[in-house]
Amino acid sequence: MADVVATNETIVVVGGGISGMTAAVEAAETGKDVILLERSPSLGGRVNQLYRYFPKLCHPTCGMEINLRRLRGNPRIRVLTLAEVQKIEGKAGDYKVSVTVHPRYVNENCTACGACAGPVTTEIPNPFNYNLNKMKAVYLPSAMAYPQRYCIDPSLIGTPEAEKAKAACPHDAIDLGMQAQKLTLTAGAVVWATGWRPYDAGKIQPYGYDRFANVITSVEFERLADPRGPTKGRILRPSDGKEAKDIAFIQCAGSRDRNHLKHCSRICCMASLKQTNYVREKYGDDGKSTIYYIDIRAIDRFEDFYQKVRADGTVRFIKSKVANITEDRESGDVVLHGVDTEGYHRYDARHDLCVLAVGMQPGADIRAVADVKVDASGFIEVASATDGIFGAGCATNALDVNRAVQSATASTLRAIQVVNRMAKVEGQ
Amino acid sequence: MGDQNTSMVQKYRNDFLKEVEANVEEGAWVKMCMQCGVCAGSCPLGPAWEHPPQEIFMMIRAGRREEVLKSESMWMCTSCYNCIVRCPRELPITHIMHGLANYAHRLGLAPKMNPTRRFAKIFWDNIAKSGRVNELELSVRLYFMDGFKAGVLKGLAMKDIGIGMMKTGRLNPFGLFAHKGCKDIKGIHKMLKKAYEIEDRKKGFVA
Ligand SMILES: Cc1cc2nc3c(=O)[nH]c(=O)nc-3n(C[C@H](O)[C@H](O)[C@H](O)COP(=O)(O)OP(=O)(O)OC[C@H]3O[C@@H](n4cnc5c(N)ncnc54)[C@H](O)[C@@H]3O)c2cc1C
Ligand code: SF4
Ligand code: SF4
Repeated sequence: MADVVATNETIVVVGGGISGMTAAVEAAETGKDVILLERSPSLGGRVNQLYRYFPKLCHPTCGMEINLRRLRGNPRIRVLTLAEVQKIEGKAGDYKVSVTVHPRYVNENCTACGACAGPVTTEIPNPFNYNLNKMKAVYLPSAMAYPQRYCIDPSLIGTPEAEKAKAACPHDAIDLGMQAQKLTLTAGAVVWATGWRPYDAGKIQPYGYDRFANVITSVEFERLADPRGPTKGRILRPSDGKEAKDIAFIQCAGSRDRNHLKHCSRICCMASLKQTNYVREKYGDDGKSTIYYIDIRAIDRFEDFYQKVRADGTVRFIKSKVANITEDRESGDVVLHGVDTEGYHRYDARHDLCVLAVGMQPGADIRAVADVKVDASGFIEVASATDGIFGAGCATNALDVNRAVQSATASTLRAIQVVNRMAKVEGQ
Repeated sequence: MGDQNTSMVQKYRNDFLKEVEANVEEGAWVKMCMQCGVCAGSCPLGPAWEHPPQEIFMMIRAGRREEVLKSESMWMCTSCYNCIVRCPRELPITHIMHGLANYAHRLGLAPKMNPTRRFAKIFWDNIAKSGRVNELELSVRLYFMDGFKAGVLKGLAMKDIGIGMMKTGRLNPFGLFAHKGCKDIKGIHKMLKKAYEIEDRKKGFVA
């Protein structure tokens, strides 16, 4: 990887989700050289882990494929996966970005034929499915993974299983001696697009996510609904594998709460509204969704989507933040307790499954690698970006895909301006 | 006391929220409530309340002054603090409940027969007299607050606990005749008087 050439007219993009990919493609299409660094083994970020997108309810593959095509076809973009930024030093127009590239143990010869995984039996939790199931320790991160190249989990190195995998590969693509590499990249500007991660639901003690099998998170629910997911798209209860038809959604689970995340995560109301569609899609009129909410925040044009869900007879809305959840040991059902705000009626409502609409928090702490201002929740302050490091997408705020992409485009424009300034100085 | 009430009504007209903000302990927090309902659902005594805290806060904003101040609800609070630790907005709900109860009491609007109010009053008079609780007098007054017969019955029901307390020195059997107060009783009375003055001034009560 010593062939990575970078100058102070290069734009380094950190994070290969929809925001980072957008930034990379747009900068490259204006003629800039881009290095895209992604921490995980493949691009796409969390959008890939959704079953469908609101508001149009299309599959994430469609938006993603267009971006991938633009990205693959552009020689100005260099993608490094398993790449972790250690430090960003310098100033606008002249940054040194230190990066560690972790070994994949599989090289460019890989055709993703999968022969290597054949003889392997060791299993590890599958992070693509939020650890809901396991996968072999020699794996393709997801069906849509880019690059389409297998990975070997580091825990396998030094075991006979690793040797078996190597022997099974017909393309001589496995290199068990691969080492971590340290690189220092020169860059004129940096776009920081490390996205978000779900709030740790176990911390919301009264909801018992860590105690009750049938209390799950909204991101896990996306995987259950997805035919490529751990249940092949069937909504099955973790406790007993039975179909869950009566599903409760709890809004603001960890958001708008001074004990957890102070901010409104902005997309989770829409995510739950969307997920009631999954229930309808699977069960028709036999499914039941109940949304427990403080207030529904379906911003601007999403109002139509909200009204459509409101009109669906299988969806009920209860204006109340659930106080706590208990479990009926025998049936595994969850019982939600609280008081509703419209009339102050006390309820003890039983459901098959409860989905916590968890909040979004920053995916990475940029302050560990660079001196950049963040807000009280750790999101990058857009207005403070006076030098050459710009936040994009969910690294700057809790955003839906549309807004994340807008934010990425805006930041890319700023990065391009910095790089152009450098080019002018050098041309003089 | 009725005069206090009239003067407050005149001072704040229909703005009960303002009145609460100015006169009730931690009352300034009331407007921060976002009506999520977590406090109402988290209260272990919740089902016994006529109006849970969430509803009380809304009633204050809606100016339902009489209903709030005459309510038994805030007297139900046992200070378990469940609501405070869970409120997403960190309202000091427990303190507001006690503040409201105290305010209603001072205006003479609190329900006369509310047992919590009566106990609190007996307890306060007891401790304020000598600076130290006289357990025997307190128990006797409490048991007999609903009349002689009820008092005897309650006393009998509690007798084992009473004897146990005597044995461990927690209850002085001669307390009605010889109660050991604090050393400087006069000083304590002076201090309490001063505290009352300060509170009255702060809350705008006419002395
Ligand atoms: C339950 C749920 C449902 C949703 N449904 C929808 C929907 O239907 N429609 C919609 O518009 N939006 C939806 N969203 C929001 C959507 O997921 C986000 O808008 C989108 O993921 C933002 O993309 P991003 O690129 O900014 O971040 P991410 O998708 O988080 O991508 C960030 C990338 O950066 C990488 N990374 C992280 N840290 C580092 C690091 N230190 N170094 C290098 N790389 C790093 C990550 O591996 C990842 O690939 C939903 C969100 C939730 C929680
Ligand atoms: S978007 Fe909705 S569920 Fe999410 S934090 Fe905001 S109000 Fe709560
Ligand atoms: S928990 Fe807090 S914000 Fe919610 S209703 Fe009670 S006081 Fe209001």
